[in-house]
Amino acid sequence: MITTTNLSKSYNGVTVLNIENLDIPKGQSFGLVGNNGAGKTTYFSLLLDLIQPTTGHIKNNNVLVSESEDWKPFTSAFIDETFLIGYLTAEEYFYFIGELRGQNKQEVDAILAQFEDFFHGEILKQKKYLRDLSKGNQKKAGIVAALIGNPEVIILDEPFANLDPTTQIRLKGIIKDLAKTQGVTVLVSSHDLLHVTDVCERIVVLEKGEVIKDLATSEATLKELEAHFSGVTES
Amino acid sequence: MLKHFISLEWKSFFRSASFKVNLVLKIFMIIGAFFMLLYAVGIGIGAYFIIEEFVDPNPLKVINKYLIFYLAVDLVIRYFLQKMPIVNIKPLLYLPLQKNQIVSFGINKTIISFFNILHGFFFIPFSIVLILKGGHEFVNVLGWHLALLGLFFCNNFINIFVNSKDVVFYSIIGILITLGGLIYYDIFDITVYSAPIFQAFFDRPYLAIIPLVLAFVLYKMAFSYFRKNFYLDAGLAKKVDIAETDNMSWLDRFGSVSTFLKNDIKLIKRNKRSKTTVIMSVVFIFYGLLFFTGAVEVYDGPFWRVFAGIFISGGFLFSFGQFVPSWDSAYYPLMMSQNIRYKEYLESKWYLMVIATIASTLLASFYLYFGWQAYAAVVVGAIYNIGVNSHVVLWGGAYIKTPIDLTSNKKAFGDKKAFNVKTLLLTIPKLVLPMIIYAVGHFIQGEMLGFVLVAVFGLFGFLFKNKVFEIIEKIYKAEKYKTLAAYKQNN
Repeated sequence: MITTTNLSKSYNGVTVLNIENLDIPKGQSFGLVGNNGAGKTTYFSLLLDLIQPTTGHIKNNNVLVSESEDWKPFTSAFIDETFLIGYLTAEEYFYFIGELRGQNKQEVDAILAQFEDFFHGEILKQKKYLRDLSKGNQKKAGIVAALIGNPEVIILDEPFANLDPTTQIRLKGIIKDLAKTQGVTVLVSSHDLLHVTDVCERIVVLEKGEVIKDLATSEATLKELEAHFSGVTES
Repeated sequence: MLKHFISLEWKSFFRSASFKVNLVLKIFMIIGAFFMLLYAVGIGIGAYFIIEEFVDPNPLKVINKYLIFYLAVDLVIRYFLQKMPIVNIKPLLYLPLQKNQIVSFGINKTIISFFNILHGFFFIPFSIVLILKGGHEFVNVLGWHLALLGLFFCNNFINIFVNSKDVVFYSIIGILITLGGLIYYDIFDITVYSAPIFQAFFDRPYLAIIPLVLAFVLYKMAFSYFRKNFYLDAGLAKKVDIAETDNMSWLDRFGSVSTFLKNDIKLIKRNKRSKTTVIMSVVFIFYGLLFFTGAVEVYDGPFWRVFAGIFISGGFLFSFGQFVPSWDSAYYPLMMSQNIRYKEYLESKWYLMVIATIASTLLASFYLYFGWQAYAAVVVGAIYNIGVNSHVVLWGGAYIKTPIDLTSNKKAFGDKKAFNVKTLLLTIPKLVLPMIIYAVGHFIQGEMLGFVLVAVFGLFGFLFKNKVFEIIEKIYKAEKYKTLAAYKQNN
């Protein structure tokens, strides 16, 4: 589904990302881990054509993302609060995204109904604009908006950060379900190794912009990752 | 400590996103400011002789008569143009700095602003001429001069308050217009009462202590106001609005554009910054009164009618349009990764401007009272605005990469004006062209042909809508990465 070839990004001669080859097949739940500055958000931003690659390219379903915009209809993302429209209520925001993705009100309502327990009564019918919600609740709204319109690729940057434990567990259920039963390709980045190993079939470790581990998740993965990262911090 | 503050300010100024982009504009502004100073000195010296020659043998009396308006206009100009001290306060709160220091630095910064110094360039030469040429006593002139100095600083500190309270500002504007109108129609002349006050500073120089003390008191008030509200949950707190949901189904008739149109109307309704823009455009409707009532003599020429017409109908168009797409800067990454049809996005903004222009034109129908030419200028101006200026404004906006903070109350000292020097500069080409077109018609045949020509140009511009939108779309795509990067850097 997503093919990355010779991709690199440098700022003023400093390379922050350099991926020779990375293939993410359709329906995979893909996890990206790495310390700060490892290049996770840079990779996602390149994937969404928010920044330009220095060399190489990414193909999303055979669409060259830096050249064509045809990847947009089947790709959705929540990176940070710049994906929220602060002066809308959560409902209005969902409907707006829905309209952009060709979903009418009833269809959006049907999707939202599935997430009632995820919202925990704090998002819908709140008489509050998104800008006035807490960071955690903003994140919930952004994540759910990324699920509207039957996207085939969903990109979530640090989805677990800022969420309360209950919501983290529910979100893990949602992501697993998307990949397993609906064949959606889900890309997740996280600092939380436990969550990532729990959710993702495959985990890639980035360090200083390079892929240094590419693991199919198994019982031993968490241990391996923990060993790796404690080594990284010691050296 | 002061050294640290100054270096912080210096860095925030030179490292801001807008500085690099607008270096050329900055240079123009500096040149402009230089000429303003030169003129001020020239007027300061010349004013005495001009007034003596043409108006009244006692120039001081004339100046005193109109000083009240000079001060009021100064306050208004400050409100629009003087930037408030932008000290990013939050990060300083829990550092080992005395709160008093932070607050006083923020306020002290305003004292050395251009808006205070500018007056010196007029009043210092004027005072010198008063002594040398007018033969007035040095002590008297000094008293008068110091009193004025005090009053300008009063304005400076009042502006710090007013800047965070729009109500105060609009009441000052209201009072100003009322008083001006009352004088114009000889009903009540405030200057009869105000002139003796200013004269008193001259006659009894020791009275100058009053405005100086007043300025000091206002300084202390401004200080204690910010000092008291120097908490995250007080002056620095975010105001939480009660949300209202609105489906605006009546907009569905606009078809696919309605998605964006609904959003844009919500944007305008729910954000402080955009609301200011709307109120500004209402003020622009009355701007024409200066021209058509003959209140200002320089504006009596026939070409100024078209100038006025453009402004009356286009207030919203100018103040809103030039900041497309900056209005959406806060969530630009979302827009860029969604399935957005640029044409519909632009069209929605265009519809908004057209609707606002038509509404302003209808509201301005009271200009018929000043003769058909006055209203014809407004209507013709509206046609030109819709046909030509709406495109020019959107086109220019595509290059403006200043992120807009819609909820300006995040920063207590925040700079919140959608209307600034840059705006004024960009407006010039949009105004000069129609005036030339009118002039051509006016000289060939008369006012009728002038109006018709401007209208024809407007209608002609209408034909290029799709072409211009295509160009803007290309700019958006070409500038996409730069724009995203610039919006990320919100100061």
